[in-house]
Amino acid sequence: MRLALSLLAALALSAPATAQTAPDPTDWAAVSTAARGQTVYWHAWGGSTATNDFIAWIGEQAAEEGVDLRHVKLTDTADAVGVVLNELQSGIESGGSVDLIWINGANFASMKEAGLLFGPFAQHLPNWRYVDTEDKTVETDFTVPTQGYESPWAMAQLVFVYDSADVETPPASAAKLLQWAHENPGRFTFPQPPDFLGTTFLKQMLIELTDDTARLQDPVGDDYEEVTGILWDYLDQLEPLLWRQGRAYPETGPRQFQLINDGEVDIALSFSPGEATTAIENFELPESVRTYVLEGGTLGNASFVAIPVNANAHAGAMVVADILLSPAAQLRAQTPDILGYGTVLDMEKLSEEDRAAFAELDLGIATLSPEELGTVLPEPHPTWATRLAADWVARYGVAD
Amino acid sequence: MLRPLPLLTTLVLAGPVLVGLIGAVLPAFGYLVPGADMPFSRALDWPGLTRALGVSVFSGVLSTLGALGLATLILAGWHGTRPFAWLERALSPLLAVPHAAAALGLAFVVAPSGWLMRAPATLLGWERPPDLLILGDPFGLSLAAGLVAKELPFLLLMMLAALGQVQAGSRLAVARSLGQGRVAGWLKTIFPGVYAQVRLPVLVVLVFGVTNVDVAVILGPTTPSTLSVQITRWMTDPDLSTRAVAAAGGLILFAATLAVLAAWIAGEHVLARLGRAWVWSGHGLPERAARGTGLGLATVSAVMVLLGLAALAVWSVAARWTFPDLLPEGLTLRSWNRFGPEMLATAGDTMLLAVAATLVSLVLVIGCLEAEVRHGLTAGQRALWLLYLPLLIPQVTFLPGLQLLPLSLGIGPSLWLVLLGHVVFVLPYVFLSLSGPFHAWDPRFAQVATGLGASRNRVLWRLRLPMLIGPILTAVAVGMAVSVGQYLTTLLLGGGRVTTMVTEAVALASGGNRRAIGVWGLGQALAALLPFALALLLPAILYRNRRGMRHG
Repeated sequence: MRLALSLLAALALSAPATAQTAPDPTDWAAVSTAARGQTVYWHAWGGSTATNDFIAWIGEQAAEEGVDLRHVKLTDTADAVGVVLNELQSGIESGGSVDLIWINGANFASMKEAGLLFGPFAQHLPNWRYVDTEDKTVETDFTVPTQGYESPWAMAQLVFVYDSADVETPPASAAKLLQWAHENPGRFTFPQPPDFLGTTFLKQMLIELTDDTARLQDPVGDDYEEVTGILWDYLDQLEPLLWRQGRAYPETGPRQFQLINDGEVDIALSFSPGEATTAIENFELPESVRTYVLEGGTLGNASFVAIPVNANAHAGAMVVADILLSPAAQLRAQTPDILGYGTVLDMEKLSEEDRAAFAELDLGIATLSPEELGTVLPEPHPTWATRLAADWVARYGVAD
Repeated sequence: MLRPLPLLTTLVLAGPVLVGLIGAVLPAFGYLVPGADMPFSRALDWPGLTRALGVSVFSGVLSTLGALGLATLILAGWHGTRPFAWLERALSPLLAVPHAAAALGLAFVVAPSGWLMRAPATLLGWERPPDLLILGDPFGLSLAAGLVAKELPFLLLMMLAALGQVQAGSRLAVARSLGQGRVAGWLKTIFPGVYAQVRLPVLVVLVFGVTNVDVAVILGPTTPSTLSVQITRWMTDPDLSTRAVAAAGGLILFAATLAVLAAWIAGEHVLARLGRAWVWSGHGLPERAARGTGLGLATVSAVMVLLGLAALAVWSVAARWTFPDLLPEGLTLRSWNRFGPEMLATAGDTMLLAVAATLVSLVLVIGCLEAEVRHGLTAGQRALWLLYLPLLIPQVTFLPGLQLLPLSLGIGPSLWLVLLGHVVFVLPYVFLSLSGPFHAWDPRFAQVATGLGASRNRVLWRLRLPMLIGPILTAVAVGMAVSVGQYLTTLLLGGGRVTTMVTEAVALASGGNRRAIGVWGLGQALAALLPFALALLLPAILYRNRRGMRHG
């Protein structure tokens, strides 16, 4: 009987709740009233246990505001995009199954262009007043203006991770990396494009090698071959010096960390400056691991959340986006043994107390300070990422 | 009342497959998914297609040949001996281990920085593991080896069950009396009968080998990957029109699978012809070598999987553990504290779904079998093919369609859809485990009972079912294990909202966190094993005062 009851309960849960009309983001009181009692399905990558734990903590905060937050763990953000697209095509224009997406630049560009996103809402969130809109790229995503259709929640910057027990002076430019690979064949690799981290490596190397970085801010054009030729020449030289002579690649960033831990490679990539410290805390990397950035700076961008236009709980999703911007959540995200993500807030705008809490934060053994992180390079237009990844797959990803 | 059940069962099995195929064909030819321009030519133009398809087919066929050959050699050479009993005991629990967990464990054992290499590394003081391409080799050899290790227990148990129906003892006795060796005699007299019984399961293994995703993504090559893995990539591409390319790829894979099946069946004929010639020739086999190879390889494969599981168990309690240490620096319960509570919560949902899917299947199966007895609605060989239909069509071909088509009718992903999907895959296994014992039940019991005035329902409820409680519980356990292992079904039909242990485990596997995989993988294996343990225990308790029933 209990079994039957709980089965019924499980089935009842899956029944779509009555769809509500989207509230007006400018009227926050109405939003937070509407949010009470809503269930928010947040579709976010589930491959990192640290992130999953953080999202669970956000869920506890949301519960205090009457929002039931559920993390739908994706292996790929595009899964959520596909769900939204499928639903809209089948005429499900409200009460959809995705309420909030942790979205990346390429998916944001395509969803915004196709009109799949709800907004603008971000600048109306109460905690938006703390956001650093001056120095941090929180209002463009891969050169595409966000216009309030997505809300930032963490800053990311490409860092290189190395084992200081094996590497004395890590190679801090494309040319030095090639030289180092010559001296240490089989000790470097990158996640296989189209994985976003692998694709970021391609973009970073292109920026390192090209003379005209400004060109990358505009969409790919007829001069693609001209602009990228230098990158492929470079990779042709690098490939045979990679781990497994480039015949196999790690699937994702975390897998690459595992290769360092297993002693298979010495240098890896991360898009989160604090990730290495967190991994050391979690026993996932040797204690001798450190991070560094390239001399000319590295790519950086913000992580965003967006709300699909046909979401079931717009109000609840906005409340969650707002919680993500709260000083408490941002502080927790930046704590190295929890997540180690950079904050999107402007220290100047915070209260005395919050500012002190951020200042006291010990970033951890393998995390660079904001000064050490150096120049943040702007992301190229999203068309470059797509084209580079596809081109890489055609050149290196399908034959040896 | 029972008459409509066989038809209903047919609908439950064939309906979703048909709907799924339609949902795959339409987008592949440019319908349903807007913006998809010539999906078929895009799939065909993918530069990795030839290699990806080649690796899929090669590793699939090789693993099936390997698992079948090995299972045959062991049965032929060792059935009824003490090493066989030991091997059977070591292999059976492996059936319940989820593919992804087994593959991840195996990967850690055989990698150049893995457990096996760490022994010489520690002794010889290597600081770095050799840069060898063992995992993900371009021909898919390690993928094939992993599949053999995982499919061997399944085929072995299927063949063992079939042995009972071919008078193995007397056949072998005749062969031996004609001077045949043990292995040669078994191959000549018993194998044809056994193979006829397990032919469909072998074909299922073949299709799984060619089209699986969860093992190939861990052990298979990446430049390019197998076609099934590439199809799942297309399904998750940011460019949404690529979904149609995935559907087209699914159909290409389906066509290739059909070709492989046709080639396999042609191969059966050739082998049968050669076999007959061999039987008439009276030639034997190098018996010692054959027996040694069989036992040796089977032991290696069992040991590797068990080592992999042991590795996962150690990882789940490991503190820092780097190359070339054989064991972690320390032990900690942190991973269990961190992932355990969530796992237990998910385990409840997983079991609930498994119980529901198995009960639905059980009712349908018993209904069909009883209808067969009462109304003579016999399921012929054709019906058996139908039963295997969901297992013989690549999941990556029809599951995306099964998600897409209801969606275009306004039916979103839901627990109901997931339940239906699970029934589609659970039902065949329940049917296969139960039909043998059901038919083998002595009809004279029923005749006696009817003579005493019992109705047919009373015979069913008071005699047939209670006496078959052992096989029924086994069927339930098999069904639940199948349900617990459903990955793509749960993921696609549940739209990500229905989480079970396997969807969580595979999501974590994408991050490669061995500690988390250790906790989840062990949890999932336990979830699948528990019903088997109960199936063994319950009859022993229920029939503690009925000696004749204990081994029934």
